[in-house]
Amino acid sequence: MDEAEVREHIRTYVLVFSALAVLTVVTVGISYIDLATGPAIALAMAVALVKAGLVAGFFMHLVSENRVIHWMLLLCFAFFVFLMFLPLGTHLGIHPLWPPSG
Amino acid sequence: MSAIELPYQTEPHPVTGVTSGKLGIWLFLASEVMLFGSLFSSYVLLRVGTGQEFWPTGVEAGLSVPIGTFNTLVLIGSSVTMVMSWASLKMNKLGAFKAYLGTTIGLGTLFLVVKGFEWSAKFSHGVFPAVGWPTATDPSTFYALYYTLTGLHALHVLLGILPNLWLLVFGIAMWKTDPERFTGRIEIAGLYWHFVDLVWIFLFPVLYLL
Repeated sequence: MDEAEVREHIRTYVLVFSALAVLTVVTVGISYIDLATGPAIALAMAVALVKAGLVAGFFMHLVSENRVIHWMLLLCFAFFVFLMFLPLGTHLGIHPLWPPSG
Repeated sequence: MSAIELPYQTEPHPVTGVTSGKLGIWLFLASEVMLFGSLFSSYVLLRVGTGQEFWPTGVEAGLSVPIGTFNTLVLIGSSVTMVMSWASLKMNKLGAFKAYLGTTIGLGTLFLVVKGFEWSAKFSHGVFPAVGWPTATDPSTFYALYYTLTGLHALHVLLGILPNLWLLVFGIAMWKTDPERFTGRIEIAGLYWHFVDLVWIFLFPVLYLL
């Protein structure tokens, strides 16, 4: 990576930082609007996902990272989504492991 | 007896296409996603199970949104200075590297100091983690999650500051002997630091705003 390329990277970092700061103010601003819980959670998580994407994509260089890392993270993300929906089973009354047998 | 050299520290592995250090840190971060994921999952379970009318927002539970916002900006700022320290090494600017990494350490410490004030203020008001199921006026389950999530996160911030400090004071000697490998180390330390920032990006709205 030559110096011109690094300078190009630095310009991106400054832009990403500005976007993250603005999005932080936006997410706080949204929280002061009197929204129902569902839309409020959806909106806040959407902003957080964009911010997380900016950090992972540019600060962590995922946009230009090797395929091995991408596939590994995709697998990790699939398990993460499963974890997030796991409590739904309890909410819907699905308890495949309860009561424990034996 | 010659020391055993670990392979692929600066050259990418022919199979994976990345250095051993980078593959290692990403595997570690994937395990960290599952660690924090299990706690976020617990949050969803407890919040859904408790019922909306009994679950306080961060403000209703007594958290300060301005302080949380300030700390969010501090951590985002530290992520930028971290990546700038790496970019400085790429441009052979050792002085700028030291300044940026030093600022990252400073901002990380500021984050912990602010968090410490928040916790001690809560303790002095008798706000502790849950001992029972919440009622309409008792946010103790919320605080059990708050202390667990922010405590684990703060521990991660501390465990990011310490290696950064080591790299700045002692590890920097490698810059003279093997600059490429040292730059790789800073990139790996940066990946961990950005992950800590990333976790906070979700913790802030979940705990303070919703």
